[in-house]
Amino acid sequence: MKKMTFSKIYTSIIFLFLYIPIGVLIVNSFNASKSRTVWTGFTLDWYSKLFHNETIMTSLLNTLVVALIASVVATILGTAAAIGIYNMNSVARKFIMNITLIPNVNPEIVTGVSLMLLFVFLKMEFGFTTLILSHITFCVPYVILNVMPKLRQMNRNLCEAAMDLGCNQLQVFRKVIVPEIMPGILSGFLMSLTYSIDDFVISYFTYGASSQTLSITIFSMTRRKVSPEVNALSAIIFVVVLAILLIMNIVDIKKHEKEARR
Amino acid sequence: MEKKKLVELKNIVKEFNGEPVLRSINLDVHDNEFMTLLGPSGCGKTTTLRIIGGFATPDSGDVFFDGVRINDVPPHKRQVNTVFQKYALFPHLNVYENVAFALRLKKTPEREISMRVAEMLELVNLSGFEKRSVNYLSGGQQQRVAIARALISNPRVLLLDEPLGALDLKLRKEMQTELKALQQRTGITFVYVTHDQEEALTMSDTVVVMNGGIIQQIGTPQDIYNEPLNTFVATFIGESNILPGIMHRDFLAEFAGNNFACVDSGFAPMEPVNVVIRPEDISIVEAQEETINGVVRCVTFKGVHYEIIVEACSVDWIIHSTKAPEVGSVVGMTFTPQDIHIMHRYPDDAPAPLETVRKPEESADNP
Repeated sequence: MKKMTFSKIYTSIIFLFLYIPIGVLIVNSFNASKSRTVWTGFTLDWYSKLFHNETIMTSLLNTLVVALIASVVATILGTAAAIGIYNMNSVARKFIMNITLIPNVNPEIVTGVSLMLLFVFLKMEFGFTTLILSHITFCVPYVILNVMPKLRQMNRNLCEAAMDLGCNQLQVFRKVIVPEIMPGILSGFLMSLTYSIDDFVISYFTYGASSQTLSITIFSMTRRKVSPEVNALSAIIFVVVLAILLIMNIVDIKKHEKEARR
Repeated sequence: MEKKKLVELKNIVKEFNGEPVLRSINLDVHDNEFMTLLGPSGCGKTTTLRIIGGFATPDSGDVFFDGVRINDVPPHKRQVNTVFQKYALFPHLNVYENVAFALRLKKTPEREISMRVAEMLELVNLSGFEKRSVNYLSGGQQQRVAIARALISNPRVLLLDEPLGALDLKLRKEMQTELKALQQRTGITFVYVTHDQEEALTMSDTVVVMNGGIIQQIGTPQDIYNEPLNTFVATFIGESNILPGIMHRDFLAEFAGNNFACVDSGFAPMEPVNVVIRPEDISIVEAQEETINGVVRCVTFKGVHYEIIVEACSVDWIIHSTKAPEVGSVVGMTFTPQDIHIMHRYPDDAPAPLETVRKPEESADNP
């Protein structure tokens, strides 16, 4: 009994620590006063100012465009790569899977700096291209990691059955493999989307004047003073990311339910 | 009447990573035949099936279909369909769409598809299951969907790779009868792979016994059981007593220290042979002078019969009988000349030479 209450208190404290900062931020985004310590009344001014701030709106658009393009491309490349890796022999597969994982555990700052050096070396102008290329780079492994288990779960005979019933190679891919691994492709895409929107470190090293993303704009705005607009913006981002995560989890639960039925 | 050859395998050799899997397979599958490839796992039976289906290519040798060489024809262009080991139904499609799959690929009009699917589902007793997800079906039902899916494009040959392996005993027996009936009704040639000897004997017109990538014997279930060509076939199909012996002359064999009249002929005088006597062909009687007498070592209840081990002439004899003698008692054993089957003796379980594999009478009417 005593143990139960202790663990409950402990858990609550942990969650308070995790969520109080975000809570304070959201509350402050509705605070009429510019001060972060005094509550002078409820207002939506900061939100309206936010939507009229052109720098923020442009960078929001940039973020979304980059995220969308990067995740679509990464999903296509990652899915193709996963199928290729799946069809390798086991030694080659293990090797490739390991070097696929390394960029994920690599500190972001190292990835960011090395991408920047690469673009400088190639004499590429920093802008959308460099930004999108680097986002694709760090998204591809996530897609592979999501698609791979789906391929593993697939009955290998399915492809042969499809050929047996009259499919050529392309039809096997379209009519059997893609529907089978769709949940993996989808979660890989959503994960890429979240990581791309979320990214600051790598973007910081690879963006150009024309392609400033939200995270970079916020960073430069807070360098002087945290404006309440940033609070409002961060609150919105938090809610959006939360929504994406929820969708991902629901997709995941549905996926598991489907498997449990088999 | 000689039946038409539908599939011919000629000198098929196949290796995997340097391991020979098939060593010179020669096999004819006739029209409207229910043929079973029987053997222990790793004997090459599934590989043989995959070569007919087009999922594996032989390293050397030729595959003919209806007289045309099809070595390089991909699976989707062969008039052969397969029922896979674990059914391999498409989980993202319902029963109707699984069965309709082949017709959809051919861009068949929707009306014809629905007619054919209904017909197929009726054939396998699954009418009314159209909208069900295949993931909700029982093993037996999935099996039927797989058969309907394979039969819808009217194949000349249906290949079945251990299709009943995942089912429980009772369902397996039911499906055996159903499959046989289905084959007779549709007139489609079935090539069936199994390691279950009882399944092979129950369903087939022709049984092909394989071991170590070599065909050991081809024949009707009766031939295979009553006249095994070598020790492998004799022990793999049912239980047998195999005794070394000598064939003095036609119709007279010596084994277990005695001379016996038998019905076999065509052996060289004084040829060393193996003698096969099935356990159910030996009767236990009271010990007399003219019987083989021995001591009962062990009696095990097996349900339908008792398995009795009798030691006589320094060999253990296996006998199946519905009556159990007492352990330790002395009994006599008798059998008739028809119960004795004589086999040529080959060094170490080597297979019978290929020309003797098909029964002589059968190859005689081949032009």
